[in-house]
Amino acid sequence: MMGVNKALLPALRNAVAWILSAVMFVPLLLVAVNSLKTKAEANGMKLSLPKAFQWSNYSIVIEEGKLVRSFFNSLLYACGATVGSILLASLAAYVFSRHRTRFNKGMYFYLIMGIAMPTNFVTLMKVMQWTHLLNTQLGIILILTASSIPFSVFLIHGFIGGVPRELDEAGVVDGCSPIRLFLAVVMPLLKPVLVTVAILNFMGTWSDFIHPLYFLNNSDKWPMTLAVYNFFGRFQVNWNLVSADIVLTTLPVVVIYLLGQRFIISGMTAGSVKG
Amino acid sequence: MNRAMYPFYFAIAALIVYSVFFVMPGLMGIYYSFTDWNSYSNEVHYIGFDNLAKIFDGQAKYLGYIKNTLVFMVATVVLKTVLGMLFAMMLNDGIRAKGLHRVMLFMPSIIPMLVVGLIFKSILNPATGLLNESLRTVGLEFMTQKWLTDLNWAFKSIIAVDVWKGVGYIMIILLAGLQSIDKTYYEAASIDGANFWQKLLHITLPLIIPALMVTTVLNLLHGLKVFEVVYVLTNGGPGYATDVMYTAIFKEFSTGNYGMGTALSSVLFIVMTVLGYFVVRLMSREGNES
Repeated sequence: MMGVNKALLPALRNAVAWILSAVMFVPLLLVAVNSLKTKAEANGMKLSLPKAFQWSNYSIVIEEGKLVRSFFNSLLYACGATVGSILLASLAAYVFSRHRTRFNKGMYFYLIMGIAMPTNFVTLMKVMQWTHLLNTQLGIILILTASSIPFSVFLIHGFIGGVPRELDEAGVVDGCSPIRLFLAVVMPLLKPVLVTVAILNFMGTWSDFIHPLYFLNNSDKWPMTLAVYNFFGRFQVNWNLVSADIVLTTLPVVVIYLLGQRFIISGMTAGSVKG
Repeated sequence: MNRAMYPFYFAIAALIVYSVFFVMPGLMGIYYSFTDWNSYSNEVHYIGFDNLAKIFDGQAKYLGYIKNTLVFMVATVVLKTVLGMLFAMMLNDGIRAKGLHRVMLFMPSIIPMLVVGLIFKSILNPATGLLNESLRTVGLEFMTQKWLTDLNWAFKSIIAVDVWKGVGYIMIILLAGLQSIDKTYYEAASIDGANFWQKLLHITLPLIIPALMVTTVLNLLHGLKVFEVVYVLTNGGPGYATDVMYTAIFKEFSTGNYGMGTALSSVLFIVMTVLGYFVVRLMSREGNES
């Protein structure tokens, strides 16, 4: 009995691993396959291969869904919010980690409280009106930046704790101004965590749907997520086209994920296993 | 010295952007919860506890939204933790092509939730969807359901989709936790004649608790903030059966009932801020020690 168990267990484990991977992968494969079918073939959304690859689906979708515009909107929002949040968060995390006064600790606490706080979209609209940012691209970038700050500060703060202070002091002795010290000496040392935070924030903001849903009513400013949802509403029966649109919306994050996998997993599991 | 080297003004931009676009709306929301603010009139009147009374007196559907949100939260926390732990333990050793499996299992967590919703809208379609089609093919016709429109199944389907998306992420965290446990503990226990369950209970579980706490917190916060998956799959239907806090808030917002929308949002804000206080205290303490 024991012997059988010993031989069977690894095989069983491997089988389960493959089944699990398949369960996670099949829905994505389904969309990829159907994005290349004709309308009739895609009607059933089956896993079978298309008779002939309908690459034209993609050009139809790009045109009908105004995807070029949406793609650049998404890129603008994601890049803007990523750069903004990294810059603001690293400056704040740096000061709060290096200069731990009671007040600074309190401010750090206040910032990372945002990890748990939910957004009140109704009153946020009022703030957007006051600041004349409602229905503007800058407005979306600022909101996305604000909502990315707490977790970014948390991750960067944790990392700076492990960066030795000796270099700071050497910098000061050499006569660096505080801002030069940060940009020229400290920032390069933060590269690993900044790459992780950048990737996480980019993927998060690219995937964001709820903010533009509330605050952008002009379709020229829609990001990919809102465009694909709207496209789905108009072309619900054309699953081949909807699938193609889904692929185009998802591809950037999948590519970044596959390239930056190492950073993503380390960032998303950070702080959780130190104990 | 420190003050000159690390000036406070470095942090001001982050504090301002975060306060104006994140914290202030939350606090303003509490004030507006006590008003009849709406899109039909420019005047805002103080109406005391009317909105809150309406939410909690149980006559309208509002309590249902709160209940659904809590059910969703508890169900996803439990399912993701149990399944994540199970998968992590299975993948911990003796697996070939481990890197590949890790990439696959993590993949759904990075796909936009909106897209996941659309994909499953197709898969769960009762007539043509992949799930029912597959069940019919293998002769399990009786198990086919109207997954998203049947009162008994709609909410369960939403929970299942959310678990599908999130379980890989939880598994990866727990797997990292398992791998940080010193193998010699298990060897020593084996020599002492401990069986699988004893090792699980006395070595694995106590040492995985920090990781389990993190995953629980993440799942909890995610569960309370759920929006997209419900919005796309059922938009709260059938009726109001699957409406959660954030979809209800969006509906109030769309119909111009800003006061009510903001009152619902404030209930969530207060609960999560109190909860967050304890979570964040734990997180910042850990950070200081290391």
